[in-house]
Amino acid sequence: MTLGGMLSGPPAIVAAGVDVFSDALRAQGADVHDVDWRPPGFGDPADLAALALDPRRASANRTAVERVLAAGAQLVDVRPARDVLDVPDHTLLHAGPPIDWSRASGPLRGALIGACLYEGWADSEESAERMLAAGEIALDPCHHHRTVGPMAGVVSPSMWMWCLQDPVHGGQAYCSLNEGLGKVLRYGAYGPEVVDRLHWMSNVLGPVLAAAVRGPLDAGSDPIDVKSILAQMLQMGDEGHNRNRAGSALTLRELAPALVEVDAPSSDISAVLRFIGGNEHFFLNLGMPTAKLALDAARDIPGATMLTVMARNGTDFGIQTAGTGDRWFTGPANTPVGLFLGDYGPDDANPDIGDSAITETYGVGGFSMAAAPAIVRFVGGTVPDALATTERMYQLTLAENPAMAIPVLGFRGAPTGIDVLKVARTGWLPQINTGMAGRVAGTGQVGAGLVQPPQECFEQALVALAEAARAA
Amino acid sequence: MSATPPSAAPSAPGVRSVSLRSGVYADSVRLMQVSREISALDGVTAVLVAMATPLNLELAANMGLAPDGDSSPEQLLIAVRAESDDALAAAAAAVDAALAARERSTGTAAAVPQRTIGAGLDELTPDDPALAIISVPGQYAVAEAADAIAAGRSVLVFSDGVPVEHEVALKQAAHAAGVLVMGPDCGTAIVSGVALGFANVVRSGPVGLVAASGTGAQQVSCLLDMAGVGVSHVLGVGGRDLSEAVGGLATLDALAALDADPGTERVLLVSKPPAPSVAAAVEAAAADLSVPVRSAVLSPETPDLTAAVETLLTDMGLDVPTWPSRPGPAVAAVPGAALKGLYSGGTLADEAMLLAAPALGDIRSNTPLRPDLHLGTDLSATGHVVIDFGDDALTVGRAHPMIDPTLRLEAIAGVAAADEPAVLLLDVVLGYGADPDPAAALVPSLTAAARAGVPVVVALVGTEADPQGWSRQADALAAAGAAVFASNAAATRYALDLLGAAG
Repeated sequence: MTLGGMLSGPPAIVAAGVDVFSDALRAQGADVHDVDWRPPGFGDPADLAALALDPRRASANRTAVERVLAAGAQLVDVRPARDVLDVPDHTLLHAGPPIDWSRASGPLRGALIGACLYEGWADSEESAERMLAAGEIALDPCHHHRTVGPMAGVVSPSMWMWCLQDPVHGGQAYCSLNEGLGKVLRYGAYGPEVVDRLHWMSNVLGPVLAAAVRGPLDAGSDPIDVKSILAQMLQMGDEGHNRNRAGSALTLRELAPALVEVDAPSSDISAVLRFIGGNEHFFLNLGMPTAKLALDAARDIPGATMLTVMARNGTDFGIQTAGTGDRWFTGPANTPVGLFLGDYGPDDANPDIGDSAITETYGVGGFSMAAAPAIVRFVGGTVPDALATTERMYQLTLAENPAMAIPVLGFRGAPTGIDVLKVARTGWLPQINTGMAGRVAGTGQVGAGLVQPPQECFEQALVALAEAARAA
Repeated sequence: MSATPPSAAPSAPGVRSVSLRSGVYADSVRLMQVSREISALDGVTAVLVAMATPLNLELAANMGLAPDGDSSPEQLLIAVRAESDDALAAAAAAVDAALAARERSTGTAAAVPQRTIGAGLDELTPDDPALAIISVPGQYAVAEAADAIAAGRSVLVFSDGVPVEHEVALKQAAHAAGVLVMGPDCGTAIVSGVALGFANVVRSGPVGLVAASGTGAQQVSCLLDMAGVGVSHVLGVGGRDLSEAVGGLATLDALAALDADPGTERVLLVSKPPAPSVAAAVEAAAADLSVPVRSAVLSPETPDLTAAVETLLTDMGLDVPTWPSRPGPAVAAVPGAALKGLYSGGTLADEAMLLAAPALGDIRSNTPLRPDLHLGTDLSATGHVVIDFGDDALTVGRAHPMIDPTLRLEAIAGVAAADEPAVLLLDVVLGYGADPDPAAALVPSLTAAARAGVPVVVALVGTEADPQGWSRQADALAAAGAAVFASNAAATRYALDLLGAAG
């Protein structure tokens, strides 16, 4: 085929720009497809051109995407954070880009207070606040420690962590155990029932899960393939961020045989089974590190314009790209739009928070909304809206993930690998599905809905990527 | 995928392939469809494509297609038996294709418009011929063109204002990808019979054109058509392609492609004079091709475009026809008058100046033969003047004069109203993309000019098959008092005759 085959027969034409050419082609009976071209949503034209022409870009993005698609995720252990994370004492991890106490939002402050109480570093809310405000407790993003945390994402040394491993690239990723919904630490609640539950999780849930995971491994079984569960749940009405029903049930199915063999009082086993069975988001904390493993595999590829992180701390939204290493590009987090629990309303909602947007960065969550049309009802949307959202996300992404097939789109792979250049050119921002935390510390969850990143993050990333392209 | 006859047991004849794949999950319904598709292939005797669950492993064992060693239910089992190695290889390839194939949804595609060339091309069937055409503002054209190249498609960039270093980068990337960048600032191409931009309805035939000049390509292809000779393709390369900076990147690729094209027997390269180093490179490349390449280069030393076409016809052993014309009413010569060439096509304006300058001396222009003859902004200067209304400086913020005649009509009226004796020389270009009835717009101005005693000569570039129809337009222009010629060179010489300055 020469010149893309156009000399061998009348070519189909894809046209961007003025109508007069397309009209003339149609008059000839040619097969013409007009693109609904618009000037880019943002970005200096010279920066856009520098990136479009960067000879490294195509192969760098191909490498990035191949790594993301190839990465696997095996559940290999459950252990206390202090044993697996390289974090100094009196340090708390949190979701999103770096932040200090003075700028922390209500739900992040609430979760930090709760973690101090849970660790016994403070004996009252007031003393916890004083210690945090005085900087006696260090704060560091989860993402700096191969970890992701939903909502506030606070991780303290005694919390038990899912330990996942990528058998292809050898990476590791960690995530805490999901507490359930309502008044929970990750939504900023820190009352006695929250701290009591955390203690039960570290005294009973963690050790029992650890035994249930390690037992079969020690007996020679293969690790649980978490990526495969994520793939299957997309076929079952979940999108892996705001809806994890099927995934949680599948996980329980995987764990149950080993759980009942754990050497623990049957009342504990029963409590664990009931806790997992009663928590429709139990899988979220497994899906997030699955995505994290894949995106960490694509870090540090010069010339790549693909996102490796989208994360929020309740104040700022931050992104990182494969071509710019660990550098954060941040902007003020938006407040989600959606449905509220009980009497809560829009005024009660905190701005966007959590590392869980790693799922969208991986192509599931809001990007696979078409797999879970139930989610769009959060914003009064319809099934066609869900399909259109995913259709739009294909134009922001570099690849389709054949492992994450979306049934209603003809089993098309999830739109995967967000390209900063495509975001700028289409002017469309990534779609994120999320829970909503109460803005006042201690409130807990107030609702769930949909949100987008601030454009600023992408504007900064575009400038940095273009600078790097010119310097290359 | 149910009953497997016992006869297909382990001892069954033929060759088999059994493999396990990790990280691939597909639902059982899809896998059953794949199995069915593959089992229908010639030479395939047994197929099982399924997740390696205990049930499926048992099925495979019954078929004599059990995998060796351990497997897990997350793995995809692909097991095929065939009559020959070839059939087995074909089946393996078909399994891969079937697993990768995506059912395209049609329900929602209309709801979400494609915003970029990349997204638009992504919707097409990968192996069918396709190309992109880009007319967005120049500063944004690069990203769209880069999309096409990345998708392995050739692209016509009509947009101007693309920096030359971007043009070079695009053309280098296109060369590496085996595709062609036509442009930037390329308005004319014909690809496999499809006319892109400003192009005429010409018959198909053995002559391939590579054109760094749009109206030049239109003149040449129309004259060939009038001589009964068709074109295979007209590949535009953009006006700067043969400059030192670009080095003929697209010209060289276009020549090579036409050389490989079975429908192309001869190539004519239409351009302004290339940079000397580029001319040498193109000449050397052309000499290595099996297809004969001739150049129609516009310069003081070389023949005009019509003469180049005539030479090509002679090469082909064909007679040179009498080029169509409508002499119009007899008008008295106006010796000593000024030539007023008002053109929409840059190459045709150049050709007119090259032919007229030896007879008339200096001709001032907005695209002059020498820099010191530049008109500046005064389009109503006295003396011999040739203006290219299609020049970038005159199309900022307005459509090309082939579409919007306003500026040129004002200039014609200005010549008719002025005291200076003059002969008007115009081009009218027909074809796709051009004014659907240019004569209708011109007739009132031409009538006024004729009434004012200003003879009007028109180079009418087009074919009978063009939407406007050459004869219909020629008759209308002649009726308004113009002398009409299919050849711009003939029109220019006629105007020189009227000026008493035939060279």
